[in-house]
Amino acid sequence: MANEILEEHINKDYEWGFITDIAADEAPKGLNEDIIKFISAKKNEPEWMLEFRLKAFRNWQNMVEPEWAHVSYTKPNFQDIIYYSAPKPKKELASLDEVDPELLKTFAKLGISIDEQKRLTGVQSNIAVDVVFDSVSVKTTFKETLAEKGIIFCSFSEAVQDHPEIVKKYMGMAVPPTDNFYAALNSAVFTDGSFCYIPKGVRSPMELSTYFRINASGTGQFERTLIIADEDAFVSYLEGCTAPQRDENQLHAAVVEIITHKNAEVKYSTVQNWYPGDKEGKGGIFNFVTKRGICLEDNSKISWTQVETGSAVTWKYPSVILKGNNSVGEFYSVAVTNNYQQADTGTKMIHIGKNTRSTIISKGISAGFSNNSYRGLVQIKKGASNARNFSQCDSLLMGDKCGAHTFPYIEIKDKSAVVEHEATTSKIGEDQLFYCKQRGIDNEKAIGLIVNGYCKEVLNKLPMEFAVEAQKLLAISLEGSVG
Amino acid sequence: MISIKNLHASIGDKEILRGINLEVKAGEVHAIMGPNGSGKSTLSSVLAGREDYDVTEGEVTFNGKDLLELSAEDRAREGLFLAFQYPVEIPGVSNINFLRTALNEIRAYHGQEEMPAKDFLALVKEKSKLVELDSKLASRSVNEGFSGGEKKRNEIFQMAMLNPKLAILDETDSGLDIDALRIVASGVNKLKSKDNATILITHYQRLLDYIVPDFVHILYKGRIVKSGGKELALEMEAKGYDEIKKEFEIAD
Ligand SMILES: Nc1ncnc2c1ncn2[C@@H]1O[C@H](COP(=O)(O)OP(=O)(O)OP(=O)(O)O)[C@@H](O)[C@H]1O
Ligand SMILES: [Mg+2]
Repeated sequence: MANEILEEHINKDYEWGFITDIAADEAPKGLNEDIIKFISAKKNEPEWMLEFRLKAFRNWQNMVEPEWAHVSYTKPNFQDIIYYSAPKPKKELASLDEVDPELLKTFAKLGISIDEQKRLTGVQSNIAVDVVFDSVSVKTTFKETLAEKGIIFCSFSEAVQDHPEIVKKYMGMAVPPTDNFYAALNSAVFTDGSFCYIPKGVRSPMELSTYFRINASGTGQFERTLIIADEDAFVSYLEGCTAPQRDENQLHAAVVEIITHKNAEVKYSTVQNWYPGDKEGKGGIFNFVTKRGICLEDNSKISWTQVETGSAVTWKYPSVILKGNNSVGEFYSVAVTNNYQQADTGTKMIHIGKNTRSTIISKGISAGFSNNSYRGLVQIKKGASNARNFSQCDSLLMGDKCGAHTFPYIEIKDKSAVVEHEATTSKIGEDQLFYCKQRGIDNEKAIGLIVNGYCKEVLNKLPMEFAVEAQKLLAISLEGSVG
Repeated sequence: MISIKNLHASIGDKEILRGINLEVKAGEVHAIMGPNGSGKSTLSSVLAGREDYDVTEGEVTFNGKDLLELSAEDRAREGLFLAFQYPVEIPGVSNINFLRTALNEIRAYHGQEEMPAKDFLALVKEKSKLVELDSKLASRSVNEGFSGGEKKRNEIFQMAMLNPKLAILDETDSGLDIDALRIVASGVNKLKSKDNATILITHYQRLLDYIVPDFVHILYKGRIVKSGGKELALEMEAKGYDEIKKEFEIAD
């Protein structure tokens, strides 16, 4: 019978769960002002940066961990985390030959080429990658090619050293250090991340990407990404991530900020594949992330696309503040939870400017004993005349032991606004599966077909190479989840 | 082709098929008629390998193989095709992509290579003409938003594409307008050969004017209670099932 088959299957193991044996330069466990000073000193930071951190830390000490999300987990002990871990030796890398061969091997295993010579076969466009290993950025590729166009693409630490005026101007603009518990924590202890500035009138000739990898045990990863698109600029940005398989829960609390000027556009795509924990729900990454963009000026556009398959607990709401008139915000999301994974994810679209438009397409897929929630806010401020929003939130259930929830919040302060919300919940049908089988298609392939069909609107938004990757990942994450 | 002996099937503790015997040879067309709820769709589901039903007794041989031992997908790959009474919608999956996957899975099972895209598209063109399927429907999501009649026609299109040995058409005629009925029937007739066989499940003798059956069987309460030639269908249409119901009530 249907349910028995549901249970019969075993999940494929997490393929990215290996550990790299590499010497690390670590801070002692725990969190206090001295640790923050230690991190800042390690990074040779200017005084204003340390001030920013300390202010955030003092704020954080007065904040309480949020509990409104539809997730339950044992709260991390913040004194039991290592806040700084850098692969040794940490010196300026002039060429790839100087990168630790163990590291190169790690990234080769992950299928990421940090060798500019070895471009992805069969792929036309090149991708520039910034690789963040535990707390530090180890390598940014294609820097020179990009520099010719005036594009700055480097690690956050380098940006603080080399472009302090830009960092100072924009950091905290979309996500103030006081924004929320985890954003405050990140602002205090972040160790690295990616920085990207696209100057006026420039379309980035390639996709830029950051690849995050947590390796060391007992550490948290707190990275920051800051993307600025000046007038008439365009960039497509990709983010990927994995972590080793461990029994402990590791904390990942990142901040991503995007700022777009007049007529600029940023397309940010994520395939999130942090270790989700084992089949019994042991271990896995706590993914508590604040991502927000501001369409600062007229006619600008920010688009978030995410495929979330990993992490034990995900708490993440990539948002857009639509300040400029005629600006556009988009959120396309596929969130998959299996076994004991929990995801509470969605978006906020804050309409401030006139004629601003936003689109939200969210596809949740729950299997096993997992819980998958969509939480979204559409806010139309007074004066945001003719604002438009369209939201569609679909949930797909596989089996009958998982949960899907939708929490849409709508606040309208301007009468001219038009806000549409559609929501559906469906079960992956035994009927659909049987129909496929009757045509000769086996179970795994059938699930792949049905799920990819269900997510099509979102997958179509991903850059080609990423879409293929995402399709495979979806199939793997759900392998064996339905009979 | 297929030989069904004393087939019993139930769902939960409710027995629905209560000893079906049926022998279909290559080149033959069999019609199965019977009142609502008599077990016609159940029989086709059980043959196709739907797991909701428990087969409690009996055996089925399909081209020399023990059908009941095979998984649903392997039955399909062995050449058993079911045109569903209620075809299922699969949003976001194009009909073409679906059929291409199905066709290549079947080919792989027989050790054949994937069909080149060019040949596949040529086949789509040829077969959609056969059932006069609007080419737009071929590229739309499987059955999504199709009208009742379009869904039925799509089933026959799929059958034409997959070229099965045994096709079971479960009320493919219901919901079709007169023109569509003629087109579908002529499609089925064109696909008929001495090497394949067809089981037609229907309520209407009208279909049998177009696709002439070699045998007609009346299914009632999970048993084939009467078999005959084409004239049996006419007789049933004229008299209804009252007589049969009276005669076999005791056996309940
Ligand atoms: N999944 C199920 N659960 C419970 N009862 C079922 C199930 N499937 C079929 N039945 C019952 O089995 C009997 C036979 O159903 P079936 O669909 O095979 O009839 P049918 O001959 O195809 O009828 P129709 O002419 O209306 O299509 C009916 O009484 C039906 O309610
Ligand atoms: Mg029926």
